[in-house]
Amino acid sequence: MNFLYKPWPWYVAGPIIGLTVPALLLLGNKRLGISSTLRQFCAACFPANIPFLQYDWKKDIWNLYFVGGILIGGFIGGGLFGNPNATELSQHTVNDLRLLGLTNFNGLLPHELFGWSNLLTWQGFLMMIAGGFMIGFGTRYARGCTSGHGIFGLSSLQWTSLVAIIAFFVGGIVCSYVLLPIILKP
Amino acid sequence: MQLCFTANHFEAMKNLKYLLVGIVFGLALTKGEAISWFRMQEMFHFQGFHMYGIFMTAVPIGAIAILLIRKLNVQTFNGEAIDIPKKPYHHGIILGGLIFGFGWALTGACPGPLYAQVGAGYAVTIITFISAMAGTWVYAKFQPHLP
Repeated sequence: MNFLYKPWPWYVAGPIIGLTVPALLLLGNKRLGISSTLRQFCAACFPANIPFLQYDWKKDIWNLYFVGGILIGGFIGGGLFGNPNATELSQHTVNDLRLLGLTNFNGLLPHELFGWSNLLTWQGFLMMIAGGFMIGFGTRYARGCTSGHGIFGLSSLQWTSLVAIIAFFVGGIVCSYVLLPIILKP
Repeated sequence: MQLCFTANHFEAMKNLKYLLVGIVFGLALTKGEAISWFRMQEMFHFQGFHMYGIFMTAVPIGAIAILLIRKLNVQTFNGEAIDIPKKPYHHGIILGGLIFGFGWALTGACPGPLYAQVGAGYAVTIITFISAMAGTWVYAKFQPHLP
């Protein structure tokens, strides 16, 4: 039963992710897009008379079931059958991250950076709290995320989604090259 | 009262299929390490093919499926028409996109992987998730004043 714990190669995970697009369309004319669920939760829990949050969020309740499924999928794939070995990264990445002080390459997130105690450090605050804030703010401002623009938008050949994914990557590359080394420098 | 309950019950059953698709999608994200902070650094430094391999298989498969749906005028299983609305351009696509890119590299997550990271048992990512909700809320608050 060892194979259950092994990570999947890109040529298995990629096609399944791609097939989600027609699956949702055929099941009920639903378009893949996950960042909008953050707006739904805001509208449901803290609408605060903000016009942008005054809309019928229940109309897209299917998406809350969908992200509930993602949570369960994460539990099965990362909790029950999590890969016990270190991620098989490129040696260059391992070397770069070692220079920044990381030693443990097990799991999906570095245990050295993503723990409760890290929240109290300025580095942890920037990575988890400011990072999360930028995900929520940026995706709504860009009207989509890696799934809505990156997978669905590109699949439906929309040029705005191509602009969006280029912006995502430029932001990510600048952050990963410039900001992260400053944050992590031991 | 009884009627209301059955209506909700029916609604829940109808949506259960999206839960199942979500489980498969979440499993592929997690097992494919598309929710891995390490993989994101590798991707942003162009040091490995893994994440690009995922994009370069997922997008063409999605594109061919949509092309077929359009060309053959395929409907949903319930006979509904399938429509794919255009995503209009506004400056937030670039400005918001850059901001999100920073968050993506810092946390190793996009909104989808955020749910998967919580599910995978990285409890502290609940804080990241709440911050993401706060970010969306603040965007909503200032939305009328943004370019």
